[in-house]
Formats: sequence, C-alpha cells, structure tokens
Amino acid sequence: MNYSQYILLIPLLPLAGFLVLGLFGKSYFNKSAGIIGTLFLLVAAILSLYTAYNYFFIDGKVNGVYQSIIPFKYTWLSFSENISIDMGFVLDPISVMMLVVVTFVSLMVHIFSLWYMKGEERFSTYYAFLGLFTFSMLGLVISTNIFQIYMFWELVGVSSYLLIGFYYDKPSAVAASKKAFIVTRFADLAFLIGILILGFQAETLDFGTLIQRLTDIQSSQFIGITTASFFGVSLLTWALTLVFIGGAGKSAMLPLHIWLPDAMEGPTPVSALIHAATMVVAGVYLVARLFPVFHINQASLHIVTFVGVASALFAAIIACTQTDIKRVLAYSTMSQIGYMMFSLGISGIGGENGLGYTASLFHLFTHAFFKSLLFLAAGAVIHLVHSNELKDMGGLKRYMPVTHIVFLVACLAISGIFPFAGFFSKEEILLASYESNKIVYAIALFTSGLTAFYMFRLYFSIFWNKQKDLHSHHGEGNMSMKIPLWILAVCTCTAGFISFGKYVSADGKELASHFHILFSIVPVTVSLLGILLAMLLYKKENGKPQAISNSLGGLYKTAYHKFYIDEVYLFITKKIIFNLVGRPAAWIDKNIIDGIMNGIAGVTASISSAIKGIQSGKVQSYALYFFAGIIAMAIVFVYLWK
Amino acid sequence: MNLSLLVILPILNALLLLPFKEAKQVRLITLAGAVVQFILCFFLLYLFWQEKTTGNTSLMLFENNYKWYAPLNINFHTGVDGISVSMILLTAFVVLAGILVSWKQEKLSKEFFFLLLFLSAGAYGFFISIDLFTLFFFLELAVIPKFLLIGIWGSGKKEYSAMKLALMLMGGSALVFVGLAGIYFNTNINGAHSFDMLQIAQSNISEDIQKLFFPFAFIGFGIFTALFPFHTWVPDGHSSAPTAASMFLAGISMKLGGYGCLRVATWLMPDAAHHYSTIIIILACIAILYGAFATMMQTDLKYINAYSSISHCGFVLLGIGMLTQTAITGAVMQMVSHGLMTALFFAAIGMIYDRTHTRQVAQLSGLLKVMPFISAVFVIAGLCSLGLPGLSGFVAEMTVFMGSWQNADSFYRIATIIACASIVVTAVYILRATGQVIMGPITNNDYKSLKDAAWNEKLAAVILITGIVAIGVAPFWLNDLLRPATDIIMQKISAITK
Repeated sequence: MNYSQYILLIPLLPLAGFLVLGLFGKSYFNKSAGIIGTLFLLVAAILSLYTAYNYFFIDGKVNGVYQSIIPFKYTWLSFSENISIDMGFVLDPISVMMLVVVTFVSLMVHIFSLWYMKGEERFSTYYAFLGLFTFSMLGLVISTNIFQIYMFWELVGVSSYLLIGFYYDKPSAVAASKKAFIVTRFADLAFLIGILILGFQAETLDFGTLIQRLTDIQSSQFIGITTASFFGVSLLTWALTLVFIGGAGKSAMLPLHIWLPDAMEGPTPVSALIHAATMVVAGVYLVARLFPVFHINQASLHIVTFVGVASALFAAIIACTQTDIKRVLAYSTMSQIGYMMFSLGISGIGGENGLGYTASLFHLFTHAFFKSLLFLAAGAVIHLVHSNELKDMGGLKRYMPVTHIVFLVACLAISGIFPFAGFFSKEEILLASYESNKIVYAIALFTSGLTAFYMFRLYFSIFWNKQKDLHSHHGEGNMSMKIPLWILAVCTCTAGFISFGKYVSADGKELASHFHILFSIVPVTVSLLGILLAMLLYKKENGKPQAISNSLGGLYKTAYHKFYIDEVYLFITKKIIFNLVGRPAAWIDKNIIDGIMNGIAGVTASISSAIKGIQSGKVQSYALYFFAGIIAMAIVFVYLWK
Repeated sequence: MNLSLLVILPILNALLLLPFKEAKQVRLITLAGAVVQFILCFFLLYLFWQEKTTGNTSLMLFENNYKWYAPLNINFHTGVDGISVSMILLTAFVVLAGILVSWKQEKLSKEFFFLLLFLSAGAYGFFISIDLFTLFFFLELAVIPKFLLIGIWGSGKKEYSAMKLALMLMGGSALVFVGLAGIYFNTNINGAHSFDMLQIAQSNISEDIQKLFFPFAFIGFGIFTALFPFHTWVPDGHSSAPTAASMFLAGISMKLGGYGCLRVATWLMPDAAHHYSTIIIILACIAILYGAFATMMQTDLKYINAYSSISHCGFVLLGIGMLTQTAITGAVMQMVSHGLMTALFFAAIGMIYDRTHTRQVAQLSGLLKVMPFISAVFVIAGLCSLGLPGLSGFVAEMTVFMGSWQNADSFYRIATIIACASIVVTAVYILRATGQVIMGPITNNDYKSLKDAAWNEKLAAVILITGIVAIGVAPFWLNDLLRPATDIIMQKISAITK
C-alpha cells in the first residue's frame, strides 16, 4: 500500500481549514465556517481510519512484529552532517492509534460545536483555532524527529493558549490562558535542554536512530551518555528526567498541574478536545515514544512512576471537594493521566512484562472517548443552566434525557464497571501494577474508589438531587449536539472489547488479552462502594455532605483549596521573580548603568566645553568633539604602538 | 549586476524628491523607488542563487572594484555573499514597510522621506562593502539621519534621546574606527596597507595586534547591537523615535553592529575572537536574561519592545561568541528574524499609538474588539518574539542553541542553558502585554470608535509577516544561503582551534 499518496492530507487538511477560515472566515463565511471546518476534519478522520485499517490489518505487520513505516521525511533544517531537524511522518502502532483518536475526537468536537458555539461573534475564528490545534496535534503524534515533536509541542501549546483565551474579554479567561502557556513553557524549557543533551550525546535527533543507539549498551553513544555525569547523576538520567518534566507540564502532572483547572475557562468543547482527550496526553505519548530508552534507565522510570501515582491520588482527592463541574472533570483528567503515567513507569518490555505499556495506551485510548463524552455532556448541562456550579444544578434528568444517559455511561466507564471501556483498560493497569509493585497497586485501587465516588457525586448532584427551577428551558439541543454524544457513548460501551494488546505493545509483538474474573472482583467492588457512597450522600438532598466536610475541618479545607499549590506559585512569581529579580534589573538599568553612561557623556561634554570656553549647547558639536577626540587618540595610539 | 545600484537608487530617489512640494507626490515617489528597490533585491537574490547553483564558489559575488583614493589605498570595493544578501533583503523589507507605515506623515514629509532614503542607502552600502573604509563611511551615513529623525519627528523626551543615541553611536563609530585603523596599519600587502577585507583575510595579522584591536572593533560594533552594558541608548532612542525610524533603528541599524562584529571583528581577527570569546558569551548571556527581566517591568509598549530587543540581540552576540558554524549561522538568522519581527512590533505599536495616543500598557485594554487586524499583527509579532515554531524567531533561536551546545565544555553548556531560560521570561512579558493591551474588556469608552488598520498599514504588516513566515515555515533556504558564507568564516576560526 502506498501511503504517501494521501497520508500528508491528514495533517494538512486541518491546516488548510485554519488558513482558509483564519484569513477569510470573518469576512466571507462567518456563518458557514463550522460546516467548512467540519468537512475538512471529516475527510481527515476518514483518511486516518483508512490508514489505521491498512496499517493494522494489511501491511503493518512483518513476521508478527509491527514495523514503523516512514512514508514521508524531509530535511527541514540541518545543523551538521548528523544532526538535523526533519519533518517526517511515522506510522507505528502508537502514532496510528493517536491519528485515529485525534481526528475522531476532533471531529466529534467540531460537530458538537456547531450547536454549542452557534451565534458566537467569532464563530469562524473558533473553527480556525480548532483547525490549528488539530493540525499541531497530528504533527506531534507523527513526528519522526525529537525536534519535530518539540515544534508541534509548542504549537499545540499556543493553540491551547488561543482557545483558552477565546472569550478574551473575560479577565479570568485571559489570566488562565497566560497561566497555561507560561507553566507549560517552563516545562518546555526542561524538555528543550533534555533534547539538547539527548541529541548531542546520541549524535542524532531522529527517533529511530536515537532509540537504537541509546538502547544498545555497546554503542559508543550509550557508553558516552551513561558514563558522563553531572552532580553524580548520569547524563542519561538527567536528559530523560528533563524530557519527562516537559511531558509532565503538558500532561498536568504534579506539581506542574496548576494550569489545567484554570484552563477550563475556555469553551467546553475545547476542554473536551484539548484538555481531556488529546493535548494533555501528549506527555504520556512522549514517554511511550521514548519508552525503550526510559526502560534502560530505571532511575528515570521510577520518577515517572512516582509522579504518576502521586498525581493520580492527589487529583482524585481534590476532585472530591470541588464544586465547579468542569474543574472536577479537569482533576479527574489529571488523575486518569496519572494512571497512564505510572502504568508506563512500572512496565517492562517484551511479553507479559510489557503489560503496563499496553495498558497505559489502552487507557489513553478509552479515556479519550469517555472523558470527551463527559466534557461534551457537561457542556450541554452548562449551556442549559448557564453556570458551572453544582449548586445551580439538580434534577436535570427530566430536562435532558440524552445527556443524562450518556453521562451515566461515561461515569460507569471511568469508574471501571463492566462492560464499559474504562473497565478493561483500568483492570489491565491494576493487574500490571499488582504484578510489579504492591504499594502502587494499593494506591491505584484506593484512587479508583475515589474516582467512582467523585464521578457519581457529580452525576447525582446534576441529574438527581433537588430539582432547581430553570428560568428559560429551551430544550436539550439539536442533532448536531446529540449525534456526537451518541457516537461517543457507543464507543465508550464498545471500545473495551478491542483486544488492544494485539495491536499495541512495547515490542510490537502481540500481547494476549488479560482478563481474569477473579482479579476483577476487588477493584469492581471498590468502585461499587464508591458509587454507593455517592448515592447515599447526593441522590437526595440532605445535610450529610455538609456535615462530613465540616467534621473533616482543616483536611477538607486544604483539599478544597487544592493544597495551596497555586498560592505557592503565586508567591514565587509575584514576590520573588517580579520583586527580587525583575524590578532590580529594571532599576539597575535605569539608574546605575544608564547613570554611568550619562555621566561619561556629561564629562565628555563638559571637557569639550571647557576647552572651547563657551557652552555651545549644540549636541552636534558635542558629538563632533567627542568623535574628533577619539580619532585623534586613535591615530596617536596606533603610531605609538608601532 | 552592479551592486552600486543598491546605493545609487535610494540616493537618486531622495534627490528626486527635492523639487516636489506636496506630501502626496513625495510619498508616491518614495514608495515607487522603494518598490523598485525591493524588486531589485529579489532580483539580486535570484542572480545570487543562480550563480551558486551553477557552481560559482568564489567568496564574494558580483565584485566591483573602483579606485577611490589611491594614496591611502582606499577603494570602492563591493561584493556580496550569503550573509550580505540576507541582510540586504532584510533592509528591503523593513524600508518598504517603514515607508508604507509613515504614509500619513504630515509634518515635513519631504525631509522625513529624504532622511529615510539616505538611511537606507547607508545600510545598503554598508552591507555590500568589502573595503573597510567605505564600510565605515556607510556606517556613518546610516547614523546621522537618525539623530535628526528622532530630534525632529520624535515624541517624549526626544532631544535627550536623540543626543544620547547620537553620542553613543558616535562613540561606537569612533571605537570601530580605531579598530579599523589598527587593522589597516598592521597589514602589509605588496608593501602597502590595505582596507580590503578579502586581502586582509588572506594575510594574517599577528595575534598581539589582534588582541589589542579586536575589543575596539567588537565593542564599537557591539554598541550598535546593544552589547551589555552599552545598550542604554536602545530604550530611549527607540521609544522617542517616530514609528518608521524605530523600525529602521531596531530592524536595520542594530544589525549593522551584528554584521560588523561578525564580518570585521571575528572574521578578520579570529585569534582574538577566540581569545575573548568567554567574555563575549558572558556579556551576551547577561544581555539576554537581564534584558528579558528588565522588559518584564516596563510599562510603555515601546520600552517593552526596546528592552526585548536587547535580549534578542544578545542571541546574535551569543552566536558569534560561540564560534561554531551553526551558532554563527544562527546569529545571522537571528539578525534577519529580529529585524523583521521588531519592525513588525514597532509598526503595530505605532498603529496603536496613532489611534489611542498612549503607549502605556495600563491604559490600554481590549483592543481586539475594535481593531482585530492590528491586534492580530501585535499577537503575531509577540508570538514570533517568544519563539513560536512556524515563525522566524524559533528557527533562529534554536539554531543558536544547537550551535552553542556543540561546544562540549560545561561553561558553554551552562551559558546555553541560561540563554534557553530566556524563552520562559520572554513568554511572561509578551503574554502580559498581550493580555492587557489586546485582550480583556474595553475600559476606555473613547476606544470604542477607533478604526482598524488602513490599506497602507495592512500592506506593511503583510510584507513583514510574509518574511517572518517564509523563514519560519521553510528555513532551509536561508540556511542554504548562509552556510557557504559562514563556512568561510569558520575556516579561519577552526584553523586556530585545531
């Protein structure tokens, strides 16, 4: 199969959408922009599915191992013979899977937005930005070169910035967009330094060659990077940790997660696309992409595990206390990404050991469906009640039956209840952690119970509980709202039955499906307990939740205030960086350095006026004297020297 | 192609303005001349490309050598390599955009355009010179009009700024002159001193002499390109200048310095460049990070861009100081990129100032609502400044970083990391300014009736953005253009390091 005939169209179609709508949308087709953007994406999604079909079922597999195929590669900027930035397109199991996920979820969001963003003043701009984001995300997943991934990494960051700040006249949205960009930029700095170390030690920026050289313990590059050390830690560990910090920034891992909850200021469909299904899993994708190198350096893999577990638990605790439904979902996203991260962290390569890797990407895959479904459903709810706060909601199941059903499906999926998609992927993660590290398993199990609790807290508070009066009830929405919800709900119900290990595994070979009914009893019971607890507390209005939070006192308050991490950051930036670095720099420049320069000029001027005897007051003449004096000095100097 | 055309055309254009009185005629003639010049520069690029692809490997192309003053062996010797061609293209872009932006210039428009054209002639002449004396001559030609442009058409404390700028640049020129004289008197080519760079590069100046005169030439040119701590003319000078002059100053004049540092100081005195590289790198790193932190605290849009120029020009000096081919190529890319980007930024700021009559960040807000085009231009310039892939700033900065990292010593590595750290600080100040000025609600009711960009402003912005995107999306052409030229500079440097 010749992929090169059409494959470039997949990223280029959304880019074309961006250019067409960005340049001409406002003046020519502000109304039809949505349809145009959606059509571009529809074609891209069909091509992605076609590519996936070809890759997985026809020619991706050679001798039982999935190959990586590079149908396109172009040297974009070459630095030296070995080191160059290439723009390429790689097809391997994870990139093909991501192609499908990105275009599919993006398409659903495009369709949903036709309804959600209708009548918006900057309707065409919105679709242009969606196109830009989709293009950048696709460019990221198909990267053949570590620098290519960095470039698209930055581009998804800026698309996210533009979309979070879409409601630009809302100061909170502006602040959130800034915060998201700057926090991730800070992480990207680490990523960049990591790339520099890796690239120069491996003497290549190409992923394939880089992985090959750094996993071959006999290669000179591997010996070079592992023997060189900095502060007693090998350069390889440094490089991978720095790269992981970059990934942690994008994936909102502890302690770089602070931007994600604020990012919910953007339009809700955007949160579904960027901050739930695609961009935030870029960090997981990055670790998976470099997994063989991470695997050979266990120290860095331990960091991945630790950060993943800590983020999963931490976010789940906060999610139990938040009252803004989008923020609950944001913390839940962070928690689920934590699962994917530690699952990679505990994984090995080859056969049964590679279960963590497969499980992680499986969870990424299923999470994309049910989390974007949750966000879109939440968007529908917000559209109806005009508020993000739980206190304004209640008893909505009467008004929005479709949303109610799909939300329930997604909640069951994320809680890991059979037969929904989340069950399968989460079971695999729990099994992998059970086999490799019991402590991780225990925390993951506890977090899974918390997940079920906070999701059903949300579900019961929105759709059951005390019914609120709706001032303007304008129905649930049209088909362009319902179709994506139904499609995603169907995927949430069926995606789990894909035997994922057949297609995606750490070594490209087939991994048998893991499903032990005995093992599942414990996790499912824990989740059911979580659901039961949520039901008792939130199904009917009662004073119990309040009483419990009161009895927890400081503990509850700390969690409610997100463990005060935002305040710590604010202190560091506002008090330390601005006051102790920025302000002195500006002051020194204005008063000391400029003062000295002015002083020199003043001395020159007064000397010249003293010689002349009169103050001419003309700047030209000062300049002339100054100039002439130095020339004279120069000539004397040159000849004296000789 | 005779390169002298590039200098003669703007001067003729300027002289042609003299008999005309009406502002309308003056600006039309100026624009026509600038368009012809613009096309000419692209024609030069085309010819250059053709020569290179047909295998012409000579150092300088389209050489011309006229005797100017025989007793001192001064010649009008011109020629171009890849670096000069890219700088000439940059000049053409900025000049054309600058003229378009000052289309509505009412006050003394003839004199204004006359000076702008002279400035551009100076810049073109500087970039095509092979003879050091003519190079210096054109450097001066590009300085003097600036003093008048700021003093007459400027705003704020313009007299102070104009004087400061002129004095510091004159001081810089004086140092340059000492450096050039030092080179001249220490060459001996067929029994005569020489100003000819090609001849000087062939001969070898002794290491001691180089060490003595390198600082003069480097600091002298460095003052033009905001070498720390001689950068203080930049903020005042840029902010008092009228829009087009700011664009010229930051877009072209600062590049004269970078070009001189590379072409004259580094190429002709490689031993000294190697000797002083540590100091250059330290000063460049200070400029990069300190400039960025100082920018964070600025409240005036022009000061923000001026301080950020200090930071960005630090990358030029860093690239030169690192003395690897990739870093030097990156330094030239950064010159081109920064020239286009800062011109665009000043153009956007000028458009905002013309309408709102303020440049104070705190007084502006929500401009996106009333002037979407200008806001988009502002955002694009900002994104280029913070190094967004797809725009030129990213390519240039990354090339400098890659080149810097090639030096294996940990001193160079730490310097690179410090320089890299500026990408975060840049993001902070750009997004703060954008968030306040472009986004947010409109707080001042007078702003609600403001008009978006006129055709001339739109055209100017589109021209500059085209350049920025052309480098950002497809940097390989610029890379291919610069590599052979930096290769020649590297030959001299690597001869020492080996």
